[in-house]
Amino acid sequence: MTTIAERNAKDHKSISVAEFFERNKHLLGFENDQKSLLTCVREAVDNALDACEDARILPSIYLELKQLDPTHFKLIIEDNGPGIVKQNIPNIFAKLLYGSKFNLKQSRGQQGIGISASVLYSQLTTGKPTKIYSKIGDGNTHIYELNINIKKNEPDIISELTVDGDGHGTRIEMCIKGKYIRGKQSVEEYLMETAIMNPFASIVYINPEGKQFEYPRAIDTLPKAAEPIKPHPHGLELGILMRLMKHTPSKNLTAFFTTELSRVGRGNAVDICNRAGINPKTNPKRISRDDVEKLLNALNTAKIAKPPTDCLSPVDEDAIKKGLKKEMNPEFIAVMSRPPTVYKGYPFQIEVGIGYGGDLPAEGPISIMRFANKVPLLYQQSSCVIAKSVIKLGWKRYGLKQSNGSIPLGPVAVTVHMASVWVPYTSEGKEAIAAYPEIQKEVTLALQGAARKLGIYISKKRKSKEAEERLRAFDIYAGELCVALSDLTGVEAEKIQTSLKQVVADKVGDTSIVLHGKGMEIQTDDGDDGMPKTPVSEQKEQEENNNNTPPPTQQPHPTEQSTTANENPQSRLDIFNNDKTKKAPETEETSE
Amino acid sequence: MKFESDPIVAEKITKMGKKVVADIFDGNAPAVSLPVRASSNVHYDKDKGLLYLGNSMSERNFLNFAHTRKFMQTMIIASKCKELIEKGKTASIRELYYELKHNIPGTKENTFEGQDESDPLIEDLETMTDSLREELHLKADSSGILFGQIVIEDTGDRIDCSKLGKSGLAIPSIVDDYKFLECDAKYVLVVETKAMVDRLVEEKYHIKNNAILIGLGGQAARGARRLIKLLNERLKLPVYVFTDGDPWGYYIYSVVKTGSMNLAHESKRLATPECRFLGMTMKDIDTFSLQKVTEQLKDVDKKRVNQLLNYEWFQKLHWRKELKSMLNKGARIEQQALASKSLEFVATEYLPGKIARKEFLD
Repeated sequence: MTTIAERNAKDHKSISVAEFFERNKHLLGFENDQKSLLTCVREAVDNALDACEDARILPSIYLELKQLDPTHFKLIIEDNGPGIVKQNIPNIFAKLLYGSKFNLKQSRGQQGIGISASVLYSQLTTGKPTKIYSKIGDGNTHIYELNINIKKNEPDIISELTVDGDGHGTRIEMCIKGKYIRGKQSVEEYLMETAIMNPFASIVYINPEGKQFEYPRAIDTLPKAAEPIKPHPHGLELGILMRLMKHTPSKNLTAFFTTELSRVGRGNAVDICNRAGINPKTNPKRISRDDVEKLLNALNTAKIAKPPTDCLSPVDEDAIKKGLKKEMNPEFIAVMSRPPTVYKGYPFQIEVGIGYGGDLPAEGPISIMRFANKVPLLYQQSSCVIAKSVIKLGWKRYGLKQSNGSIPLGPVAVTVHMASVWVPYTSEGKEAIAAYPEIQKEVTLALQGAARKLGIYISKKRKSKEAEERLRAFDIYAGELCVALSDLTGVEAEKIQTSLKQVVADKVGDTSIVLHGKGMEIQTDDGDDGMPKTPVSEQKEQEENNNNTPPPTQQPHPTEQSTTANENPQSRLDIFNNDKTKKAPETEETSE
Repeated sequence: MKFESDPIVAEKITKMGKKVVADIFDGNAPAVSLPVRASSNVHYDKDKGLLYLGNSMSERNFLNFAHTRKFMQTMIIASKCKELIEKGKTASIRELYYELKHNIPGTKENTFEGQDESDPLIEDLETMTDSLREELHLKADSSGILFGQIVIEDTGDRIDCSKLGKSGLAIPSIVDDYKFLECDAKYVLVVETKAMVDRLVEEKYHIKNNAILIGLGGQAARGARRLIKLLNERLKLPVYVFTDGDPWGYYIYSVVKTGSMNLAHESKRLATPECRFLGMTMKDIDTFSLQKVTEQLKDVDKKRVNQLLNYEWFQKLHWRKELKSMLNKGARIEQQALASKSLEFVATEYLPGKIARKEFLD
């Protein structure tokens, strides 16, 4: 006879990774077929971009979705990143929750739980292994076919092969259940928005219908590298503090605080311990839970300098402008990067871009694009601090129509980017940013800064249109007027009209000023209206430059391979045996 | 139709056109000046009891975008009036609107989009050329009706206004050419609503009391006002005004008596300062026990009362008392509320009694 408790204990052990996934899939982005497809694409693309950016390589990404049957797809993604060393490949792709971050660092990865969740999803929905190709520039290509051992949460290596191969990069092939859609919350929307906020990346995408989309690179410098920082006392939470204490090599609290936390000096550390009523010489590993809480209180309220903000990696105004220009082609763009600041001990920075007119749809509500660490947020717009701030801004004063409490109307696209070492989401779904007062304030200030420029542009445009209409009105009414005057006086109408035309031409500039008394401004080019001069031709030139001259070689990778790969950053990695314009070759099909 | 004034008015219009053409040939902005017709330029002459237009002038300039369209329209109207004078025709202001309305080539716009665009410009032209509307060969749509003991000659026809059954004489826009052949009437009774006129005609009020009844049907039209003036001036008949007891009725009385703000430039011709107000008054409510048949003042009514209290020509003590009493009661009284006594009450008791007792407000 086993006791109930024993039986329960057995049950506890048997909760598998698969079960964990099944229970939490709504938090992980796999609640339905349509979103699951997007989540897999997103994990893959975000990983590729993060890897390239960390290695200071201008990213070139190839993505393909092949329809296998009405509900199944094959996802192929390839990047020119640094690759993954052979022994790490199985763990990264086929072990859930592998590797954990102790330091805080701005990265896209915070968005999901990682590529291994996609591998598991693939395995659960198709039963097929995921295939990985990796080159790190040592002349080899390592090819793995992996499953996850669901019981042990360990990689299950189906096949393993090493062949010759130059350059560096990663290629993933996985089969997944999914639903392909166009329009809102689609792969295309995600890629387009990604291209706006990552204009240094070149992305080629072939959709399930075989149609090729290109998101060209618009700028050949990477954003400033993100630096890891230590947690700041003001943002600490109990769990993190306990974990830090458990893993620290420090032998006493003073040493622990000064080495593991940001901005804490010896004096601060002693002060914190005193306020918590705990001896600073205590070993952090031997502190009771109650005392940790006391310490946490003292830490959260300690008078300590704000964390350094130079750890962030903003996109920067010029890049946002170019991203918006190439993807949406508005006639006018205003941008505003706020200086970095801090909420709850976490550094963050808000950047706003506003596009107006041009190819943007003239009717309907403006489009609001939300980004966290350069990743588009496509779901839960209404509960996000960004959308709330946009609606609350009051766009009438900037020349747009807006009824109370709703999204303004007009040919406008707004991008709001939050860069932070820790983005606070409203829920585990990680789709909406929480409305901390500090964040809301910064978003609003950034929106105001950009919207003010937009308002000036719209008002200038309206005025110049009015001036045009005025000239036209003189012209059309002159005909009627001169006929009437001719009837009254017997003077030929044509004669009067010729003279009148001259009068209008001579005087109209003056009269509009004199008579309206306001000094009509007729479209002056002050050069600071956020409008790129000769935008189209310049843009083209830039792209040509990108193609002709190799982008500056990135320092952290001084290998010969990296230079050869960089010479032609647009081309995909030849070793993976793909032709950009053709569908994937047969060799791959047979290898499955 | 021809008027003595024709050559002078035609000359005035032509002169204005020549001035504008001269502006153009001299390289100047084409412009005309005209008296301001806004309430700021309307004043009250206490001695004469008339509204008049002040001396403020404004300029209408073709090159001022806000004026461009109006300027063109003004000149079109002027040239059409000159044509009417030369042809000896008279057009209604609605006909004028339709005659001049056409598409402007190369646009979706018309010269006039509605009669409300042309009507005010006609008034402008009247003041600019210091002429009467009739002298411009234009007439307003006729409105107003007359019954009574008077024989009129109109365009050679003899009209006995006591023999017009229940139809009455529709008062035209132009009445200056009327000849009054015979008149037995002792006074003129001006009535706000046509329904009340119908009541009085059915009671044969005008026959029994030797009166001329003029029904306005709301605000007094030019023709009716001019006719009231002529009856008062030529036949020396007293004029009594009978309206609803509300701010709108009182204002109708003031228009008949002192002129309107819109046509302040024609008060001398149109207003009858000697006329008297007969009712309904706030006192009537108590005298005739009409408390149960009053109507509540609405916000717009109260607002209008306060406007009247601010007009210079409503500053006589008895009018201020009347208006304040209305606000205090919070009520207004309609002419037809007298029917609560009996249908004939107004004809047999109310009006004759008030006139006999000389219960008027001046």
